Amino acid sequence: MSQATLSLSRTRHSLAPWARIAALAVCALLTLGPVVWTVSTSLRTPAEAFDLPPKIIPTDPSLEAYSGVFDQIDVWLLALNSTLVTALVAVGQMITAGLAGYAFARLEFRFKKPLFGLVLATMMVPLQVTIVPVFLVLKSMGLTDTLLGLIIPAFPTAFGTFLMRQYFLGMPKDLGEAAMLDGCGPWRIFRSVYAPLAAPGLAIVGVLAFNYHWNEFFRPLILETSGQNYTLPLGLVSLQGNLGTGSISVVLAGVVLSMIPAVAVFVVGQRPLREGITSAGVNR
Amino acid sequence: MTNIQIPAVRPQQPAAPATPAPRSSARDRGSRLLATLFLAPTIVGIVVFTVVPIVGSVVLSLFHWNVIDDPSFAGAANYREVFTDSTVLVSFRNTLVFMVFAVALQLVVALVLALAVNGRMPVWLRSVFRSAFFFPLVLSAASISVVMKYLFNQDFGVVNWLLGLVGVAPVPWLTSENAAMATVILVYVWQQFGFSFLLFVGGLNNIPKEIHEAASLDGATGLRKHLNVTLPLLSPTLLVASVVGIINALQVFEQPYVLTNGGPGDATRTVVMVIYESAFEQLRFGEASAVGVLLFVLIMTVTALQFRLSRRFVHYQ
Repeated sequence: MSQATLSLSRTRHSLAPWARIAALAVCALLTLGPVVWTVSTSLRTPAEAFDLPPKIIPTDPSLEAYSGVFDQIDVWLLALNSTLVTALVAVGQMITAGLAGYAFARLEFRFKKPLFGLVLATMMVPLQVTIVPVFLVLKSMGLTDTLLGLIIPAFPTAFGTFLMRQYFLGMPKDLGEAAMLDGCGPWRIFRSVYAPLAAPGLAIVGVLAFNYHWNEFFRPLILETSGQNYTLPLGLVSLQGNLGTGSISVVLAGVVLSMIPAVAVFVVGQRPLREGITSAGVNR
Repeated sequence: MTNIQIPAVRPQQPAAPATPAPRSSARDRGSRLLATLFLAPTIVGIVVFTVVPIVGSVVLSLFHWNVIDDPSFAGAANYREVFTDSTVLVSFRNTLVFMVFAVALQLVVALVLALAVNGRMPVWLRSVFRSAFFFPLVLSAASISVVMKYLFNQDFGVVNWLLGLVGVAPVPWLTSENAAMATVILVYVWQQFGFSFLLFVGGLNNIPKEIHEAASLDGATGLRKHLNVTLPLLSPTLLVASVVGIINALQVFEQPYVLTNGGPGDATRTVVMVIYESAFEQLRFGEASAVGVLLFVLIMTVTALQFRLSRRFVHYQ
């Protein structure tokens, strides 16, 4: 009886499944369309780049635009800079957030609550509001127009610390207590018991850091003045500026090149990325 | 390794039977030392790169300074200037307009898509849709804006060509004052809605199935069911999505910077663009800091207001 009512209500009241799925498919096309267009245009010769209707599959695919990118900007240098900054920040954040998160979750010390409050409060402070003094602090350290100037201030991560604290809080307390009865000191309990269990949480912190800093534009724009310290997003926008009347397929080839690592992380790190974003909503 | 640990603990043991305190206090000391070491990088970093700069912003906003000459005390002059500078005022108006439309659009799109994805369909299809809507989030806002600049070009852009197919005259997406802001909003929402989408998908999954079934049995139908049952249960997630959405929207920079460079005129100039320009192009650090402090106050006010309003609308299970 109740089953009959349920199935009846489904057919009567919800949108026909095929219509819903078709609408979703259109939305997915709109979402991915610009990316598909970017890739396909980058594979056209510069002369055909403006052709309308845009051919999604180029009649005569060519990598001419890609060699154009390498002629115009030093892709290897930009990629190396981006990789250095992103990798060091990601590893740095995993270390600082892992350590601080553990301290807040499992260690006893004075001023624990106010210190944690301080960390949480800084999540609310937008980077743009503090950028002028941050620039001056870095200038006084001689770190403006260096990659280190991008890396060092990015090490502390309020969100990462918060995430790792939640992560460590979720681990059973008995493990540490058992280790303590076996004579382990606080360091050994961390090193041998809890730290190995933290890998998935640290992966979330690392993937989020990678995604954010690989794409970061505002801080590099302000801090890096000489071209040799540019990161990829900065180089791309300047590539677009250099060209003026030039070919869009070259610019788009540059965009595709810079997307590759981000897409790779999307494929490999989709799950940690999603969990990081979702926990931003669920835990607060 | 365990053997090394034992001597360190053992000297304490003779005292242990009488009072257990020394033993645990040694452990406490170890734990405090470890906490200090573990917290040092984060706390020092936060103090040097966030706390000091906040104070610095407020102090700087009271001075005239161009980096080259010595700073001179200005009192409230920078703030007076900010409140009479038409570009700054317009940038605040633009930013608020941007915030309202971008956040509203983003939440609606994300919510509708999350509800649709949550309906019945094969598991693989659901994960295809989920990945598609999430994908733009992993791309850089700056390079995506470069792409969008071509797509929205009035003369050879694909968007106008598509509209031409259905007989719509070419729209000056980036070159007319009215359309430019709308375009910036569209591009921003295109890239950002996936964030709220993921939050909503997570939130919907947390709603127990029985509640929907009960509502159906009570005769609740499609839209009414969503309005009266789903939305209240989703309201905590809605609050988070809108708070994060608003804080992010008030800081918009890359899209207007790359798409329109604030133009035409000042039509898409945002507050963060003004901070960037006055500090790093015009070297007016005092004024830039004053604008920054005002932006901070605005963000705090809007967020506080939201939490206050939400008390009436947010239901926790």
